[in-house]
Amino acid sequence: MHLRKEAVDIILNICNKYKNEPSPLMLVLSETQKEYGYIPLEVQEIISKELNIPVSDIYGVVTFYSFFSLKPKGRYVIGVCLGTACYVKGSQNILDKFSELLKIKPGQTSEDGLFTLDALRCIGACGIAPAISINGKVYPKVTLSQVQQIIDEYRKKDKEG
Amino acid sequence: MAKITIYIENRPYVVDDDLTILEAAKICGYNIPSLCTYKKGRCSLASCRVCLVKVEGERRLVPSCAYPVRDGMKISISDPSAVIARRTSVELLLSNHYYNCQACRKNGQCELLEVARRVGARPEVYVGEKTPTTYDDVAPGLVRDTSKCILCGRCIEACKDAQGIGILGFENRGFKTIVSPAGNRSFNNVPCIQCGQCTLVCPTGALMEHSEIEKLDEAFKEGKYVIVQTAPAVRAALGEEFGDPIGTNSRGKMVAALHRLGFYRVFDTNFGADLTICEEANEFVHRVITKTPGPMITSCSPGWVNYCEYYYPELLPHLSTCKSPHEMVGAIIKSYFAEKHNIDRSQICVVSIMPCTAKKYEKEREGNKVDGIADVDVVLTTRELAQIIKRSGISWEKLPSEEFDDDLIGDYSGAGVIFGVTGGVMEAALRTAYYILTSNELEPIEFTPCRGLEGIKEASLKILGNSYNVAMASGMKNAKILLDEIKEGKSKYDFIEIMGCPGGCINGGGQPYVTPLFLPKEEDNILDTYVAKRAKVLYEEDRNRKIRRSHLNPDIKKLYNDYLGEYGSKKAHKLLHTYYNSSRERYPDLKIGE
Amino acid sequence: MAVKKIKSVEELEKKLSTCSSCLEKKFNGKDGKRHIVVCGGTGCLSSDSQGIIDRLNALIKEKKLEDKVTVNVVGCFGFCSQGPFVKIFPEDRLYHAVKVSDCGRIIDEDIIGGKCIQDLLYEDPNTHKKVERQDDINFYKKQLRIALHGCGTINPEIVDEALGYDAFKGLLKTLSMDRQKVIDEILTSGLRGRGGGGFPTGRKWQFAYDQDNDTKYVVCNGDEGDPGAFMDRSILEGNPVAVIEGMMIAGYAIGAENGYFYVRAEYPVAVKRLTLAIKELEEIGLLGDNILGSDFNFRCHVRLGAGAFVCGEETALLNSIEGKRGMPRPRPPFPAVKGLWGKPTIINNVETLANVPYILRVGGGEFAKVGTEKSKGTKVFALGGKVKNVGLVEVPMGTTLRELIFDIGGGIPNDKRFQAIQTGGPSGGCLTMNELDTPIDFDNLIAKGSMMGSGGAIVMDEDNCMVDVAKFYLEFICDESCGKCSQCRIGTKRLLEILTKVTDGKATMEDLEKLETLSESIRVGSLCGLGQTAPNPVLSTLSKFRDVYERHVVDKKCDAGICKNLISFVIDPEKCKKCSLCSRNCPVNAISGTVGKTPFVIDQSKCIKCGSCLSSCKFGAISKK
Repeated sequence: MHLRKEAVDIILNICNKYKNEPSPLMLVLSETQKEYGYIPLEVQEIISKELNIPVSDIYGVVTFYSFFSLKPKGRYVIGVCLGTACYVKGSQNILDKFSELLKIKPGQTSEDGLFTLDALRCIGACGIAPAISINGKVYPKVTLSQVQQIIDEYRKKDKEG
Repeated sequence: MAKITIYIENRPYVVDDDLTILEAAKICGYNIPSLCTYKKGRCSLASCRVCLVKVEGERRLVPSCAYPVRDGMKISISDPSAVIARRTSVELLLSNHYYNCQACRKNGQCELLEVARRVGARPEVYVGEKTPTTYDDVAPGLVRDTSKCILCGRCIEACKDAQGIGILGFENRGFKTIVSPAGNRSFNNVPCIQCGQCTLVCPTGALMEHSEIEKLDEAFKEGKYVIVQTAPAVRAALGEEFGDPIGTNSRGKMVAALHRLGFYRVFDTNFGADLTICEEANEFVHRVITKTPGPMITSCSPGWVNYCEYYYPELLPHLSTCKSPHEMVGAIIKSYFAEKHNIDRSQICVVSIMPCTAKKYEKEREGNKVDGIADVDVVLTTRELAQIIKRSGISWEKLPSEEFDDDLIGDYSGAGVIFGVTGGVMEAALRTAYYILTSNELEPIEFTPCRGLEGIKEASLKILGNSYNVAMASGMKNAKILLDEIKEGKSKYDFIEIMGCPGGCINGGGQPYVTPLFLPKEEDNILDTYVAKRAKVLYEEDRNRKIRRSHLNPDIKKLYNDYLGEYGSKKAHKLLHTYYNSSRERYPDLKIGE
Repeated sequence: MAVKKIKSVEELEKKLSTCSSCLEKKFNGKDGKRHIVVCGGTGCLSSDSQGIIDRLNALIKEKKLEDKVTVNVVGCFGFCSQGPFVKIFPEDRLYHAVKVSDCGRIIDEDIIGGKCIQDLLYEDPNTHKKVERQDDINFYKKQLRIALHGCGTINPEIVDEALGYDAFKGLLKTLSMDRQKVIDEILTSGLRGRGGGGFPTGRKWQFAYDQDNDTKYVVCNGDEGDPGAFMDRSILEGNPVAVIEGMMIAGYAIGAENGYFYVRAEYPVAVKRLTLAIKELEEIGLLGDNILGSDFNFRCHVRLGAGAFVCGEETALLNSIEGKRGMPRPRPPFPAVKGLWGKPTIINNVETLANVPYILRVGGGEFAKVGTEKSKGTKVFALGGKVKNVGLVEVPMGTTLRELIFDIGGGIPNDKRFQAIQTGGPSGGCLTMNELDTPIDFDNLIAKGSMMGSGGAIVMDEDNCMVDVAKFYLEFICDESCGKCSQCRIGTKRLLEILTKVTDGKATMEDLEKLETLSESIRVGSLCGLGQTAPNPVLSTLSKFRDVYERHVVDKKCDAGICKNLISFVIDPEKCKKCSLCSRNCPVNAISGTVGKTPFVIDQSKCIKCGSCLSSCKFGAISKK
């Protein structure tokens, strides 16, 4: 795959920003994930050269933390909390429902690139279980019947731009 | 360092206070099963959990490899909870291991199997899903089979900490964790120099040389003139595979074995080393005369050449253009030797027995072909040679001592022999360079500043009133220091020898494994001493050779007189020199920044 | 605008008293205004409490009430299931479950009309009485808020509010003390680490203090990964200054000049407020060099976790800050000797550090008056699961589980039977009916086969299958195991596989033995705390609910009706009205029959046990067996 010049510049800027921090790798990766959306090997190779860290180390770090992604994520990342409080209140069924309706498994992205479905470990919203989070926005006490509504809401939102 | 008293199974022992429980126990006469004794000191990972013991006052069992002793410590190896936990650790490892041992080349030298025997692991107590595996045999030098991997992390340390490269790393998390080059790529698609240091430390068959034994069999089957040559370092270690003490010179038995295996001729790569010296010393003298700036660097280690292409392509002009010795031998066999014997060069199969895995790659380089035909056809490691000797039913003990074949290129000098150890190429080159520049011989012949196993050595030699600074580095981590100096314009050297593996070829990636687990009769510090013991073999052979200077090797003289002409002639260049790739891609499948 | 730096103790004391009286006037109405606070914790934010604030402000502007009423966002109230909360001062009146559409009434009826809006008040689920004041709600009655001090009261985004609410009083005291004396104070307090292990905090500090090294670090562990616990998040969101102050006191005591907060990236609000507080404190000179004119220098840095539960383990956390895979290191060396970048380091949990300013403020002896013999002070619990009042509660150590579940939690909803409470998350175990009168403290919980953990407390009722619960935790551990050591990486996987055999009805009694022996091996043989405690949910359920396991193994039955392979849905032909609704709802066409003619029948070989038919049948003809 091709990495365009502009993308390279984004990564270089991030590396420069943190170069003087002690052990900057996590900072660089977090921001790259945020700014660039994912961290493929091409990007890692640039970071490797800038920070003088072997690519295998970076790859190891990227694949260790679930927050980092090797593949682009959907425009809307739906995270269903499977923390204990949510689980005992049936969040597994919510996840299954999303999976069924979006026709993707947890961790996958829908073909149109609109949705990524993630199973999350406790998002600390136990008081309002079961909870889901979409691009950081938390939905409290989600019921099975709401799932389709929520999906439709985002489809509509996307169409309206 | 102080002496302290520890108790093992309630018996007091006095030991040094800077040891781990594992090390102390060994001195006290207890061999705790473990999978990380391949190096000294405290294990930084403590991940295999095979050496767990009970320490009084600790709530959990402790890994003896990573736990320091302290005064008054009460240790139990036989405590039932420790015995069961050690066995469980191994049984769990086996439950995620594809063990078809009968088909595994590591069988007989597999540490996992040995440890399993020792802890009394029961087969298939725990059965379940296994981590998905990868088999990579694309690279000419190395094969990676993750179905055998137990994630001990030794190879990662060897590659990253010892060699300073870091091709291998842990990937993914939890049960999905594997050890692999970035993105689970083939060794061929990452800047791996194929030095094979990782294969030396792998306790199982997960990392091994890419076997070419079948290729050899094929050559015999086709009725080719199969001519074998052996690198100097091979004789310094081959006997270990047959139970000889480390530091035995196996030259005579090795040659005898090769004769019995049916090779058409058995030659010594040392002839090629002498040839390399003549060409390389001449190249050096030429650089001196033409005042070419910056140091010249040796090129006989293919691991190092790979490293330079991948990581310091801007320094490639410093590399000697000489092919490595076995390639030179191959080229000469397929030209001079073939012509003299009237053999069709395409009917010759040159087999190199090497201490090296990178040589397997090296022989495939375009620059190591003459008129489209490769100089060398098959490269076997020392370990592979032992394998074919074993499978042929040859009894090592009963082998007589025989000499290399004396046929056109059979002679070699002591200078060629010491090529196998760090500093040896430099010492050999200086003997000849001195002669070329002064027409006098260098005395005393043994130039000791080049000797020793330090990672970086330096020396200075006065020739005709000029001082020449030379340096020698072995292992890429050390080489990097010298290379960075050149890059920054701070290098004070005229000539640098670099060898890919720490200690040189005697510790090459294709050499026999030195596994304390299997060496109960060797002394406890064998890991500190085996390289020196192997080196001693080569220095002794040098001392015992009548001719110890490459340029005085009569077969070399004859070759130049009859065939090549002078050093660095046109013909010599065609046959004996190569070229490098300054734009070798580190990740051939990636495209960045267009 | 240049902010005035606070350069001396006197200046800080003056500042604290100004801020304090300012805040006081807000609450008692002496400033002549009504004061509205709205919960800005993650729970309430997700129920649009920001919308409530915006709406209230808009209404105030529209009705020109600016000089009569102010609106402020505050941190978590803790009673998350009842949010969003709106509280009105000086009456100290609490409205719950407020919606944006309620804002008009709040302004018109309460602020302008001066009336209490009855239907927005909390109603006790047992007595059905309306409660006006927060302190009168049963959920809050038995609580004692030390770590949560300020949460739900002050605006966490304005440092002055924290300064008006006891902040930096502990540090002022600290700076007047000898460093060893500070540690002694913590030792006297008996404070133990709130992150899980319960190691005495003072001893940890002492180890680090004793190290002769110019560079030392304080690390705050905010990688709260325990599923079902969110106290660290609430503290960081509700009163970040308190945690910063705790870290500064620790830094002063051990001789560190830099502190690192390691906070989960999943907590954006906490990260934002913490970062903001650090910036403001730097601006007014309370962080930086020569703090208050002393030779004490201290700086705070924020590093984000990236989604790995194991990073809650100290040494894994250090590796993560160092930009490595979060794999634990063998100990010794302990972090207090060789920690972050090889330097002596103490790692304290958020809640632990939140207790520290209080201890210095009131004295270790005073702190130690609360709690049990070996567990002093309070503990914050995230009470969740099958309990009426879900939320964050802080109770004195020694409070019984019964008080926690039935008095504070209000008991089990829907008249279901209490079965067990899981404490300590995936590292803990469950406690049963007979253990309800156990006073909660570190040692009691361990003695009962569980542990404090970070304070998750999940209540299970009769509808929860305890084997399934154990399996849930094991799945979590398997996912989160770093993969380094064999016992945890492979062992937990094998445990999970055996548990799955149990829930699938394929296990034998031999498998139960294997569960026990393997669990024991993992417990004593794993590298880090995660692995060592991973078998706890299995061991504790196995010992306390062995009958449930045996029922799965021998009778192939799951009485809770959770384990899908052990249940079946059947249609009672007597009750079936032959309407076909179930058949139309079945996602796999497992139900057949003819409308109006024959009763419908479920083909058990096709049924995936999703329960769609059960919930669709209007005549109660379908049951789960």
